[in-house]
Amino acid sequence: MIYLDNAATSWPKPDGVNEAITRFLCDVGANPGRSGHRLANEAERMRFDAREAIAALFGLSDPLRIVFTPNATAALNIVIQGLLPPGSHVVATGMEHNAVMRPLRMMEQRGVSISIAPCGCDGTMRASSVDELIRPDTRLIVANHASNVSGTLLPIRQVGDVASARGIPLLVDAAQTAGCVPINLGADNIDLLAFTGHKGLLGPTGTGGLAFRDEFDIGRLPPLIYGGTGSRSEHEVQPDFPPDKYEGGTSNILGLAGLAASVRYVLDRGVEAVRAYEAGLIGRLIDGLARIPRITIVGPCDPDRQTGIVSIVIDGMLCSEAALAMDERFDIMCRPGLHCAPLAHRSLGTLPDGTVRFAPGPFTTEGEIDQAIAAVAKIAGGDT
Amino acid sequence: MNKYAVILVHSTSHAIQAERVLKRANLLVKLIPTPRHLSSDCGSAIRIDAADQEASTAVLKQAGVPIQRVEPL
Repeated sequence: MIYLDNAATSWPKPDGVNEAITRFLCDVGANPGRSGHRLANEAERMRFDAREAIAALFGLSDPLRIVFTPNATAALNIVIQGLLPPGSHVVATGMEHNAVMRPLRMMEQRGVSISIAPCGCDGTMRASSVDELIRPDTRLIVANHASNVSGTLLPIRQVGDVASARGIPLLVDAAQTAGCVPINLGADNIDLLAFTGHKGLLGPTGTGGLAFRDEFDIGRLPPLIYGGTGSRSEHEVQPDFPPDKYEGGTSNILGLAGLAASVRYVLDRGVEAVRAYEAGLIGRLIDGLARIPRITIVGPCDPDRQTGIVSIVIDGMLCSEAALAMDERFDIMCRPGLHCAPLAHRSLGTLPDGTVRFAPGPFTTEGEIDQAIAAVAKIAGGDT
Repeated sequence: MNKYAVILVHSTSHAIQAERVLKRANLLVKLIPTPRHLSSDCGSAIRIDAADQEASTAVLKQAGVPIQRVEPL
């Protein structure tokens, strides 16, 4: 079986993840922050391991400015719902996922106005397109780091320069890039970074979070969820310091135990090395698919300008039909459809039919890429 | 003189952070449930040797770990 759906969730997970989860379940088991006994302390150490590893990954010195949430969507919602009062304005890009667009459309109902920076038909965008849309009432810039449809990388550092020059906070959706594209909050001028644990960070589902740049004043950002933290127990108001401010309720410590191990793997292998490895696979996949008649590749067709994603359209064939044939006849897992990102598809010109998406990961081999290319050639050649 | 001192912090995340910073500086440290007469803010506190109090607070300050206060135990 060949798994090419790492953009939905990565699989397999690296060695150490299963062991860390099992160790938590069998030997620790307690609730961090709550009780002060040795098992609760050990649980907190495991959660802190995850904070430390992720802070190192994003170039942050203070691990407590990593806040855990169930996924990137929850992190995006904290910022979008927290920083946009009625009557304010927000700029987003034409490659946003529904994790950004749905909260933004909800905020529109609350009186927030939205401008979308246009993207080319390969998903690329100039940072000046964001700059041109900024108004006196703009309170936030939201930018997708890389599209989950085409893999297209947006010029995030240049967008960060624009945000910094204009004094507007930048929120980056790093769901597709954390762990496979180098990110440094300070150097990239990213104030707030939403990440997920189960894609490029190679951890379990149900993990994700929000990273705050040192300069961002968290006093500006209210929590979305209020509740028990184990701290300030005599007070009925939420603590005002991170991470507790945003971590009301018992956290997914089982998942975070696995995440600590998976991020450690990413750090040991090196994000640059993962990026180079995946670029090699993507280059091979693009070269092979480009030679097949009836296939159109969506996106930049350049490993330097996209993450580990290649999306295609097969002329005259439903993408769902192609994906079913890949699964049933060739044992290859890929994803057909709209990938929860109708805005990105509008930019790419692939509405309403969608694409077939191939997303190799850090454990995919070149041989598997070659098998996928051969399978697509057979399917596109009418050999269904 | 008291044998120990206890460092009070905001949360157990801060307690683990303080524990790591102090251990890396080769200072003796033990996490204990926060003595209820001292605070009810955070479930865990950091117990140190009273003789290490000055060195410990200096190390934590340098590492940017916020301390609520230090009490004799």
